[in-house]
Amino acid sequence: MSSLTVTALTKAFGSTPVLTGVDLHVPAGGLTALLGPSGCGKTTLLRLVAGFDDPDSGSVTLGDRLVAGAGRGVPARSRGIGFVPQEGGLFPHLTVAGNVTFGLARQRRRDRGLVRELLDLVGLDVDLADRSPHQLSGGQQQRVALARALAPEPSIVLLDEPFSSLDAGLREDTRQAVGAALAAAGATALLVTHDQAEALSMADQVAVLRGGRLVQLSDPRTLYQRPADLDVAAFVGESVVLAGDVRDGRAESVLGSLAVTGAVPAGPARILVRPEQLRLVAPAGRGPRGRVRALDYYGHDSRAHLELPGGQTVTARLEGADLPSVGQEVGIEVVGAAVAFPVAGGAADVAGPAGAAGPVDAEPTRRRPAEAIS
Amino acid sequence: MLDPASPGAPVPPAPRGSGVAARGGRRLRRSPVTLALAVCVAVLALLPLGYIAGYTVDVGWSGVRELVLRPRVAELLWNTCRLVLGTVAVCAVLGVGAAWLVERSTVPGRRIWHVLLVAPLAVPAFVNSFAWISLLPGLDTYAGALLVVSLSYFPFVYLPAVAAFRGLDPALEETARGLGLSGWAVFARVQLPQLRVALLGGSLLVALHLLAEFGALQMLRYPTFTTAIYDQYRATFNGPGATMLAGVLVLLCLLLLVAELRLRGARSYAGSGRGAVRPVRPAALGRWTLPALSALAALVVAALLVPLGALAYWTLAGAAGDLDVADLATTTATTLALAAVAAVVTTALALPTGRLAVRARSRVATLLERATYVGSAVPGIVVALALVTISIRATPWLYQTVPVLIAAYAILFLPRAVVPVRAAVEQSPPLYDDVAASLGSSGADRLRRITLPLLAPGLGAGAALVFLAVVTELTATLLLAPTGTTTLATAFWSASSAFEYGAAAPYAVVMVLLSAPATVLLSRNTRRGLLP
Repeated sequence: MSSLTVTALTKAFGSTPVLTGVDLHVPAGGLTALLGPSGCGKTTLLRLVAGFDDPDSGSVTLGDRLVAGAGRGVPARSRGIGFVPQEGGLFPHLTVAGNVTFGLARQRRRDRGLVRELLDLVGLDVDLADRSPHQLSGGQQQRVALARALAPEPSIVLLDEPFSSLDAGLREDTRQAVGAALAAAGATALLVTHDQAEALSMADQVAVLRGGRLVQLSDPRTLYQRPADLDVAAFVGESVVLAGDVRDGRAESVLGSLAVTGAVPAGPARILVRPEQLRLVAPAGRGPRGRVRALDYYGHDSRAHLELPGGQTVTARLEGADLPSVGQEVGIEVVGAAVAFPVAGGAADVAGPAGAAGPVDAEPTRRRPAEAIS
Repeated sequence: MLDPASPGAPVPPAPRGSGVAARGGRRLRRSPVTLALAVCVAVLALLPLGYIAGYTVDVGWSGVRELVLRPRVAELLWNTCRLVLGTVAVCAVLGVGAAWLVERSTVPGRRIWHVLLVAPLAVPAFVNSFAWISLLPGLDTYAGALLVVSLSYFPFVYLPAVAAFRGLDPALEETARGLGLSGWAVFARVQLPQLRVALLGGSLLVALHLLAEFGALQMLRYPTFTTAIYDQYRATFNGPGATMLAGVLVLLCLLLLVAELRLRGARSYAGSGRGAVRPVRPAALGRWTLPALSALAALVVAALLVPLGALAYWTLAGAAGDLDVADLATTTATTLALAAVAAVVTTALALPTGRLAVRARSRVATLLERATYVGSAVPGIVVALALVTISIRATPWLYQTVPVLIAAYAILFLPRAVVPVRAAVEQSPPLYDDVAASLGSSGADRLRRITLPLLAPGLGAGAALVFLAVVTELTATLLLAPTGTTTLATAFWSASSAFEYGAAAPYAVVMVLLSAPATVLLSRNTRRGLLP
């Protein structure tokens, strides 16, 4: 295994720029998720790392070996990478064993013990070895594809949305099996995904790609708790965005005076809290309050849509059985710190229902130019 | 065709490489050799058409008017059209009716009936017409021609109709029954509309084949464009009369072809991805069982037993006297050799076109692929006529040689190879190449371990289909075969034209035996149509 370093990588198809200068470092032995909406260039980045396409400029380094850039292009077959495509891409004319041992030297291909070992690594029974790919379920195909990629002991494994074609139940199992196999093999892995839950739960670090640029690279917790901007915040989870005024490490907002993480310059700002930070209490005195407009009940938890006195609607995630009824007036408390994003031109444009953001409602903020933070 | 999947089994979609379609243009520029080869193939395929068009321009408007606007042409047009319309109607009734009985009713022995109803395809139409006219010499009328060609061509409707019945979702019929429709109303208002595409496709195929049919109609002495072209050719070699008749015929073919190509898109939509369809409860025939059985039996007797019986009778009758076993063996060997060479050449020619159509999806690639369809829609007699004239004028040293004959076969049967080759390329997307490369496999290694194994079934299927088509090809062979070279079809033709039925029959028997395997394959796999 080795680390991966990508420097100032650019790529355009015709006149359409896809990557516009990406810097990324993947440390050896960890799993890095490459997260972004479809069309952000993440698959292109993966293909450049794999060597299926050549970058227009910039470089790719595996360990201390330059494989692309500076006029050099090591072909894919000499890079020592493992590749797990969407839907597995198992060779249909070969058995499971034939697929798994494809990348090995001729003498080792007949080694049944090795096949057993590799299938074992991905949590599959050796009985499957003589099946054809079309006799396997989608999840099994993905595991075989991973075993095939791991067999030649690659320096890095690239996974291109490997779980997106599986249905929900299978996806969770397959994710766990793949995560365990990668950890057991001690492989460096780069996982492309557009599913934030997948990225947050599987990865050691998450790289958020947007519009051909890297916008944030951090561990999952930091990404969720301190997103680089409101757009990233909306992409990795539900968010509540309020207009506020920052002074001395606290933000005054319609939900009261909130503690703010980090050093934020004084002045108008947009304040981010997560729905699970909102607690409903009995309305008391002059504390913030709201009216329950609707309630989504999920069993393990619920989501309340609260209308604030100013007309803005925010959501709160509620645990437990003690739920308010629709139409009830409740008091609102915020637990933990909020994140503040200073607004240059004043707070006026923040107010209104658009500020109540689920991922979809965050649309207005998408048009802002991306600020690269890494 | 030789699709590895059994009928009804859902074919897993091949994984797609990311953005293949979007990068078509780029890939087109990246594969200049494939592109150049595909262009050459298209030029070859369009050669006869180009010849006819060029000739028409040379003759000029007044010449065309003089040659085409004649009572004789009107008479041929009337003959051809009424035969095509009649045959299409009869084939539609026979094909859909038989398909319904076999697929959706409780008629006993459905599997056996299915094989027996596809089997007439193993008997070339000119052999079928030989059998009927040798037994009933009075069949040289419109009714006789209608009977014989309908019996030869109804499987072209039957096969797609069976496939369509199989693809119909029974849930729709159950819904209709739930809404209170009777059995007949379900057929008329639910099933028939869904069969429309299959029925139209089959009918167009019948019509295209009929326009190109020469042997069967010549034997029945029913004058149509093909027979008239042949007679003109015999009389005046390559006179303007024959060429202009060919022009009118080609125009009719192209009209039908445009309709066929338009329907093709609809067909792939209608037949796609239904997944596993629940088994259907067949309609109980009750007291109609016996009439249904009699109808099927009558059809099979007329379409299969009459020709086979006649061949057996004449073979036995001739065995005493004029059967030359050595001649038969030589002719069979010649035919097989020609068919083998044509199969290899045609499949090789199909490779660049099929590859380009999938790997570099673009307007140019589609046009090049369509060119092979257009070329093969030109009747054999026209292809032969064009190649005779072109080879005499441009390459006299090639006139009456095997390469010209092979070229004619390639033009006529290219789509039979292009379709399976294309399907095979579709099953081996560039993704597999990428994955193999990431596993350390070199270019040559990938060709050996990935590309060839994945393409082999498609190449084999294409070659087999071309091979079987060449074995029974009559018209082009008649005009283009080098002097002294006889195939099974031409040997049969010359003997039966001389009324030596006993000498002719054994050649037909060998042709039928050689065609039989293809028929078995067709009856097994009704998912795809018979022809591209």
